[in-house]
Amino acid sequence: MTEKTAVSTTDQMRSVTPSADKSLATRDDALYIAPPVDIFETEDALTVIADLPGVSKDAVDIRVEDDILTIKGKASYKRPENMILEEFDLQGYFRQFQLSDEVDQSKISAETNNGVLTITLAKAEKSKPRRIKVNVG
Amino acid sequence: MTRMPFDFLEEMTRMRREIDRILGDDRYSSWSFPFSRISFLPGRASREYPLLNIGEDHDNIYVEALAPGLNPDTINVSVAGDQLAISGEKKALPKSVKPELVHRSERSAGQFSRSLSLPFGVESEKVRANYENGVLKIVLPKIEAAKPKQIRVQVG
Repeated sequence: MTEKTAVSTTDQMRSVTPSADKSLATRDDALYIAPPVDIFETEDALTVIADLPGVSKDAVDIRVEDDILTIKGKASYKRPENMILEEFDLQGYFRQFQLSDEVDQSKISAETNNGVLTITLAKAEKSKPRRIKVNVG
Repeated sequence: MTRMPFDFLEEMTRMRREIDRILGDDRYSSWSFPFSRISFLPGRASREYPLLNIGEDHDNIYVEALAPGLNPDTINVSVAGDQLAISGEKKALPKSVKPELVHRSERSAGQFSRSLSLPFGVESEKVRANYENGVLKIVLPKIEAAKPKQIRVQVG
């Protein structure tokens, strides 16, 4: 599984507009950060875990199109008023991965829990490891 | 005057920004990437965790901590005098995952704690905390003496 970094993607992954240009941003959806992920394999699945703090269950958008897994999320976080200390802001998340044909794209499930998104991609039958019995004789 | 400690932090942040700029780390410099201070992203050593936003109104102080994926049982918020302490543990990958089957490991995990001095006295019995979608929100009611008073101006 490789990360998708084609030009078309980076266009959409425009990092946050500097404050001086804020008046030029016509779509608020354009502000994204790439969430950090853990990806690991088990015998019959590939699991992607992404940190999406501030995103509720309904604001997560996961798609698979043309072998590309897209993770999108919109944070519904509003900073408190009259801030005396300001260390973070949350807006949107966006990240894409290229899937190989090892993954059965019809068997993908996802869940969120405490701002962490877990996506389970079942492996296609043919790519599951097969145990070959060694006969000693 | 009560804001002194935060001015100091701001000064440190400014210095870090300056160093980043000198080292040419454009990717993270604050004007092109204001999220650079999101510490759950890897590769930036020894930062305070979790990151905090603190706001206030007439009655309360609001402390919000960015801490996704905590085990709710481990979250510990305590107030002693004007000291607020937050600690907890972010779950690591299950032990059953073999290291050779990990493709990417970008989310940090482990125990953390952070404490800070609040700029106002608070009623420690009435502090409420709520953990929602990976953001810990703490509401600390100010003591009466710390609430701003309206002073009537006599014209005469």
